[in-house]
Amino acid sequence: MNNSVAKEKIISLRKKRSLEDMRFKYYGFTAMCLSLAVLVFLLYTIFSKGYTAFQKTIVLLEVDYNQEVLKLTPDSSVEEIEKGKFFRVKKQAIENFFPDLSKSDIKLVKKLFSINVDNEIKDYFLDNPEVINTKQQIWVTAHSDVDQLLKGNSRRDVPEDRRKLNDIQLSYVDQLVEEKRVKQVFNNFFFTKADSRHPEIAGVAGSFMGSLFTLFTVFILSFPVAIGASVYLEEFAPKNRITELIEVNISNLAAVPSIVFGLLGLGVLLNVFGLPRSTPLVGGSVLALMTLPTIIIACRASLKAVPPSIKEGALAVGATKTQAVFHHVVPLALPGTLTGTIIGLAQALGETAPLIMIGMIAFIPNIPTGLTEPSAALPVQIYLWVESAERGFQEKSAAAIMVILIFLFMMNAIAVFLRNRFERKW
Amino acid sequence: MFFWSLVLIAVGIFSSFIYGRSRIKLNSKKQGTKSKSLPNYYAQYVLMWCLFPALIVYFSWAIFQEQIIQNIVISNFEYIEGAVYNEGLLLAEIRNVANNPSFADGKSIEIINAASHYSSLRQISQISFYTSIIIIMLLGALYASQKLKPEFHAQHTIEKYIQYILIFCSSVAIFTTIGIVFSLIFESLRFFAEVSIFEFLFSTEWYPFIPIREGQTAAEGSFGAVPIFAGTFLVMVVAMCVAAPLGLLTAIYLAEYASPRVRKTVKPLLEILAGIPTIVYGFFAFVSVAPFVKAFGQSIGIDASPTSALAAGMVMGVMIIPFISSLSDDVINSVPQSLREASLGIGANKAETIKKVILPAALPGIVGAFLLAISRAIGETMIVVVAAGTAPNLTGNPFENVTTVTVQIVVALIGDQEFDNPRTLSAFALGLVLFVITLFLNIIALQIVKRYRERYE
Repeated sequence: MNNSVAKEKIISLRKKRSLEDMRFKYYGFTAMCLSLAVLVFLLYTIFSKGYTAFQKTIVLLEVDYNQEVLKLTPDSSVEEIEKGKFFRVKKQAIENFFPDLSKSDIKLVKKLFSINVDNEIKDYFLDNPEVINTKQQIWVTAHSDVDQLLKGNSRRDVPEDRRKLNDIQLSYVDQLVEEKRVKQVFNNFFFTKADSRHPEIAGVAGSFMGSLFTLFTVFILSFPVAIGASVYLEEFAPKNRITELIEVNISNLAAVPSIVFGLLGLGVLLNVFGLPRSTPLVGGSVLALMTLPTIIIACRASLKAVPPSIKEGALAVGATKTQAVFHHVVPLALPGTLTGTIIGLAQALGETAPLIMIGMIAFIPNIPTGLTEPSAALPVQIYLWVESAERGFQEKSAAAIMVILIFLFMMNAIAVFLRNRFERKW
Repeated sequence: MFFWSLVLIAVGIFSSFIYGRSRIKLNSKKQGTKSKSLPNYYAQYVLMWCLFPALIVYFSWAIFQEQIIQNIVISNFEYIEGAVYNEGLLLAEIRNVANNPSFADGKSIEIINAASHYSSLRQISQISFYTSIIIIMLLGALYASQKLKPEFHAQHTIEKYIQYILIFCSSVAIFTTIGIVFSLIFESLRFFAEVSIFEFLFSTEWYPFIPIREGQTAAEGSFGAVPIFAGTFLVMVVAMCVAAPLGLLTAIYLAEYASPRVRKTVKPLLEILAGIPTIVYGFFAFVSVAPFVKAFGQSIGIDASPTSALAAGMVMGVMIIPFISSLSDDVINSVPQSLREASLGIGANKAETIKKVILPAALPGIVGAFLLAISRAIGETMIVVVAAGTAPNLTGNPFENVTTVTVQIVVALIGDQEFDNPRTLSAFALGLVLFVITLFLNIIALQIVKRYRERYE
């Protein structure tokens, strides 16, 4: 009897224990799924907020290219056309936009159009100079407020004073929709223009070029230095305290917060050396210093992976140590070092804080063409747009995030490709 | 200037190499002896002597030219009695006029004079830059060609030079550290000359007011950083509350339970989480999590602000999950298999083995991983800049908005950066605190992990 009680006890205990075991496994599984779910949710948020930015709203406008109004003649030169009075043509077109507009309504209707419409009318004329003295139907860009309304990003059921468009403007927009005089097309501005105060004509081209120039600087500065440092530490350095100091230094530098590197750039590169502010040159130098430890660690790993027999073989046939290392070890480690460098560059691409410190946060409305020109960078552009109060910039920031993620994805894909294609198994 | 100087240097490289090669061949033919090294080494020798001195001149010119010119222009500027000048603005104006003559309309005569002085100095500097680079290249090549004799051991010399270059490359990391430490300490000292260090560390009022107009001293501003440290701590605690359990449990599941196939798919996915730029997390916190936290707070009757420690901390926690999980995964994997087998052998099940044997054995390594994660969380900038708020707030309530060290650094340095007021300099003092704390955490963590590794090797 005693025996069966004990047996039961053991069985119930075992049940409890195995239940506990199951539960623990389940906790782990849930934790993992939660982490992955957050990743999915994050990507979903970005996509759902951002995909609308790849479209823009355009409005059909009837433009009368009257030579009197334009103050041009059929044989005006391009410089004269550039100075033509296109804003007057635009004003006329908007006044005739709806029949019988009152004066106050004209002002309201004007706000349905982008500030860029003058330029679009002019560009159309530059492409087709023969349209002078004719009436043309042109699709022009709508104001961001209209764009956001039609995309459903801003709501109409909020009280009028909290809306960007008032009731009269809404009724005009509705009328346009009814008459099929608005449509949504691919937003080429997003990829061809730099930052702007007006969301409908703001794009990532400027910050993208800025990021490219910055990454170029990072690559030029960090790749040779990282290879030199890792070759020295791996192959030549004597085992002494200075070498140890350098190694400890590198591993600690890898963990210094990025913003501190920004302070270094500001305090030393800008204030002491007087390099030009807000430029990819300075941004790239700071990021190069920041990513150097990462790249050195990766380079050392790939140098270590080359079997010593290769070097010894070279030494045996009479090469000096320098020859053995530079003619045989380094070329074999090169794919690995390149992979490490690309991963370091990917890290540099996403870094924001150091660039803010050295002034790459300035508003730059044109596309940079060189290393020493003020420019923005993609992550900083995202930050500026996220912080902006204007509704239209939110989808832009999500779309810019999509651009940067695709860019990162491609860099990593190249790194993986290089590793798989050229890495040798010894 | 940039492009043409590159062309000049490229021409120098090419011609010096060719010259060195042909010269040594000629010399050895003349003497009738074979040269001690291959001709290429002599060519490299000439090249190095041609290139490196020129590069040094090039960089120092690029770095100091603008400063020197500006100093000369400013010191020769004809100041008018009684007028107040701001040196920075004045320089900007002079430069604008010099670069773009159409700006000269309506500017005073002394500015136009200074602008023409400035452009003439720039021209002189350019001309002398090119001539000095050419002269130095020629001198270098001349010196090197003196040594191009067959009995000269060029290869030895070259290899010695290569060693020097490599040593220079490795010491860049050291120079960086020195640069960080010096710039932080130097600017912090300037800050502490105006604000007492005790006020900074122990006072609870952070109100970095700067006088906007000359002579406006109504409020000096106070720089007590306690609320900032408290905010940083609060965000860090929230982040660790999210990341520690999720990261550790994920690591345990991956290391002990998951099949190889699950491991192979989940680990890269977690790495994606680690590779996402922090500003993207900031966007996520701002757009999704912060409104959610606000709504949640309202539903349980707490008035949550639109930017809160909770929102920023939670997202930051997600950011450091992969960090903790991959480090802990390594640590758990390095616990010897024999411990596991012994525990299973005496009848413990998997969960008991993990809880009673593996985790205690791996504890030092896990603590190290957590410390590294904490140092990450403290130094993280963009999430908190976007999602935590900028106003200092001494509170323990995660639904309120707080500010952190990194946010205050950004706030102090956005916009005008005049280095003569404590507000701007406070960024460097805060940066120093941040640097010291993260360095301290890292050193301890690395020590713990290292000692742990040694125990099981």
